[in-house]
Amino acid sequence: MLLTDGGEPLGAAASAARWTVEQVLALAPDDASRKAGNKLGAAGSWSDTGWDVTGAVWGLCKGSGSKPYRTVVDTTGPAYKCSCPSRKFPCKHALGLLLLRAADDAAVPAGSPPDWAEEWLTGRRARAEAKARPAGSDGAAGPADPEAARKRAEKRAERIGGGARELEQRLTDLLRGGLASAEQAGYGLWEETAARMVDAQAPGLAGRVRELGAVPASGPGWPMRLLEECALLHLLDSAWLGRDRLPPALAATVRTRVGLPASPEGPPVRDRWLVLAQYDTPEGKIVTRRIWLYGEESGRTALLLSFGAAGRSPAQALPVGVTIDAALTPHPGSGQLRAELGERFGVPVPAVTPPPGVTAAEAIGSYGRALGDDPWLESWPVTLRDVIPVPSPDGWQLIDAEAGEALPVTPAALNRPALWKLVAVSGGEPVTVFGECGHRGFDPLAAWPSAAVAAHAGTSASAVSAASAGIETVALI
Amino acid sequence: MSRTTTPPATPTAAPPMAAGAAPAHGGLTDALAATPWEELVTSALLGTDRRPPEGASGTGPDGAAAALLDAAALHTVRRRAGLLPAAASPPPAPAPDDPRPPLPEAARGRLAQLLADRAAGSGGRRGTAPDLTELIPQWLATANVHGYRAPDSALPSLLDAARARTDLRPQTLEFAGPRGLWLAGLNPEWKFALRGASGSALLPSPDDSEAVQRLWEEGLFAERIALLGAVRARDADAARALLAATWKTERAEDRLMFVDSLRTGLSADDEEFLERALADRSRNVRATAAELLSALPGSALARRMADRALSCVSPGLTGDEPFVAVEAPHECDEGMQRDGVVALPPSGRGERSWWLGQLVEASPLSVWPARFGGRGAAEIVALPVADGWGEELHAAWCRAAVRQRDAAWARALLGPPSTPPSNGPGTASLAERAKLLAVLPPAERASWVADFIAAHGLSEAFQLLGVCPVPWDRPLGRAVVDALDIARDAGSYPWSFSGVMGLAERCLDPSEADRLEVLTTTPAEPADASPGANGYWSEAFQRLVSTLRLRATMDSELSGSPER
Repeated sequence: MLLTDGGEPLGAAASAARWTVEQVLALAPDDASRKAGNKLGAAGSWSDTGWDVTGAVWGLCKGSGSKPYRTVVDTTGPAYKCSCPSRKFPCKHALGLLLLRAADDAAVPAGSPPDWAEEWLTGRRARAEAKARPAGSDGAAGPADPEAARKRAEKRAERIGGGARELEQRLTDLLRGGLASAEQAGYGLWEETAARMVDAQAPGLAGRVRELGAVPASGPGWPMRLLEECALLHLLDSAWLGRDRLPPALAATVRTRVGLPASPEGPPVRDRWLVLAQYDTPEGKIVTRRIWLYGEESGRTALLLSFGAAGRSPAQALPVGVTIDAALTPHPGSGQLRAELGERFGVPVPAVTPPPGVTAAEAIGSYGRALGDDPWLESWPVTLRDVIPVPSPDGWQLIDAEAGEALPVTPAALNRPALWKLVAVSGGEPVTVFGECGHRGFDPLAAWPSAAVAAHAGTSASAVSAASAGIETVALI
Repeated sequence: MSRTTTPPATPTAAPPMAAGAAPAHGGLTDALAATPWEELVTSALLGTDRRPPEGASGTGPDGAAAALLDAAALHTVRRRAGLLPAAASPPPAPAPDDPRPPLPEAARGRLAQLLADRAAGSGGRRGTAPDLTELIPQWLATANVHGYRAPDSALPSLLDAARARTDLRPQTLEFAGPRGLWLAGLNPEWKFALRGASGSALLPSPDDSEAVQRLWEEGLFAERIALLGAVRARDADAARALLAATWKTERAEDRLMFVDSLRTGLSADDEEFLERALADRSRNVRATAAELLSALPGSALARRMADRALSCVSPGLTGDEPFVAVEAPHECDEGMQRDGVVALPPSGRGERSWWLGQLVEASPLSVWPARFGGRGAAEIVALPVADGWGEELHAAWCRAAVRQRDAAWARALLGPPSTPPSNGPGTASLAERAKLLAVLPPAERASWVADFIAAHGLSEAFQLLGVCPVPWDRPLGRAVVDALDIARDAGSYPWSFSGVMGLAERCLDPSEADRLEVLTTTPAEPADASPGANGYWSEAFQRLVSTLRLRATMDSELSGSPER
């Protein structure tokens, strides 16, 4: 699907460095950038553009000033560099340049990068290699003063312990007085407790406490939900206080849940990682970006987290639907999917097949099993195969027509207009859907039309053969 | 489907490891672990001090609360771990097949870009980049000419775009095809797509008379109006028969819409039905029926109106020079009112001139040459009119020419394009002139407007340009560009012409782009120019050129042969 330029065979690198318009638009950090980038995605604003087989794309963009902005994109990262003062990432110029390349084959010719682009590209690649190589030895070297670090960690653990005990007492008081009183107390009670947890350096506890405040206003059945959340919080408190007696993997999970920073460890996993979904959630003043990856060889699903503070967008951005050959380093803890993106090899290429899917029953079962490793899990990443989306005013379902079983779509997902793409792509026929499956239902994040449909479209497509062109990943968020 | 998404599993369904994962298992008695969830919730709601959970070991009030939390945690994790799929609700009927070929890849990317621009909303200074949203109509029209199938994943954005802009609807719905209509049927926000979609997949085929009859008798108003439109498009008589059968029982508002639907494919066969509608209880229905009848020059109503008009307007009998004598009607009798003449004038208008205007407007224009000694339309329009009735009479002729789509009269009333609008024979109103222009054949429209612009510049050309066929032919395009160039040399700011500039971006022939390139430079500013104007002009011309280039690219992407 990454097109043809009129019959000439394309080298792997040529098609790789070129993403589709949809993929580029999905990279935009926000609507304003998407709009601004879109405006720049036409030839008028650009000069001296070019791309090369290493996956670099560059160009000069006329701005309001006298000097044009110099924009370079390294699609292997991907990484973006622009001389504009924008704090958006990627900035509108980088988006515009990629759109220009995506939309108009002739607009960006092949060439070799000019000096200003070359300088940054080599510098960046050298840094990336340097970073990738001593990563193992770096961890062994450890902090400069291990004794001081240990003391700091002990002190923090003590403070968290104090916080956990205080929270325990508050929960006990609440249960003794009855949840009915929580309805009147409103947010104030919980905000104050959350602030105490921040003081105790336990951001994980603070976040959960803050969420409790919203439960009494969440409609019918709230006492049940509040009891559930209180109970899980109590479980986390008790787990932290008794972490010495937990198996190491579970203890690591508890540390992460409480909010202690963890660094990736364990051997890196090199694989061809398919980018399944990328989405941002604002959490207070910080924007959290989640990127789901699926390893074609290992069959692992991994989560990349990145953060953007105070109006900045998170630095990591990967186009949905491509496969990157890269090494991921997983974070410790049982039931944890988080990983860090390490060294990358070669340029991203379009994905060829969706991840293998499971049935609705297997999907909800895998969430159940994952709870055994991490009882605080809200959901678990799953790919469903052959499900039909059924929209209805009372809530959507993804039905497994053969088994007569269905997973409900999470109510929160129903606010997303992009969810209708799922129905449009399905057309009442079974599709493959990736999403997060949890106790609130299934949150669809990406979809692939069924093989038969794709093949049908492929045969009638112009000059591109379906196999070499890859598959279409429809982002649902 | 029930709102509770997945049924809670029985405790036995829980994998043992979930319970084992609860590290706070120590203080939990087996009895409490077995307490039903509902009882735990009740205890929690009322407070363990008031209602200790059954089976809580006696470790004091704090102990009871902690034990309840332990048990609740166990229940929660066990319930979540033991969730089972819900029963499937019936799937929607599969979308109908769409055999049209898919878009070429480049065109598909372009569509995503155009739609993304729309979603992000507009605003801010326009700069030199094309306004993508404005190109959506052209893109859709070209895609439909090629007969491509819309990409499935673009359907929601397309329907959203059409929902926001009614002018996009016909082209969007054609492009979206049967699958788009299928999708629209599932989302109440896209209901508009089911209205008025003639030949819609959800309507029975107009040939299936039984299904048509059933939907006509039982359907909702929107479905019925769509059905009537579809049947009318296929077989005008069948539609009228359908209407006549239930006419007496329809509500007045519905009757108005139904009568109005006869506008498409109006013919002399409709006269009898419309003549009966002149006696309708509703004034609006009567007025619409009269209007439709007057557009049928051979109708009895047109003859009656002509008789009345001829008694008011006649060749002058005094003096040597021929002129038009006007004797406006003195009363509006019942017969006139039955034929749709509105008796009460709007405030500020004399009732006699009001009645005259309506009579002339509803009379066939073909009666006037005979009345004026065989003169043609142009000659009649050129005759002086006595007693200051000229404006009233000519305005009525203009409306008649538009209603009867009479090109000869429209041409006469427009006059030669070089005449200043205020001295023209017909009307000085640009809106009226645009309507008259629309009656002329397309090529004639364009050349008239080109000459008009050459003579009078652009300040009054916007509405007239709107009725010219797109893309503009070469003389018209050059006239517009020359006029813009003259405006720049005159030192005005480009935003005084932003309307025409916008039209030019969308309507100029893309092949003009190269010729326009010279205008994008910023020449030295003349001494009397508005400060900075030249910079803005060159920006505006750059945008014009880049838009034209983009349109050419769009067209070549859609034709599937990349431009080299």
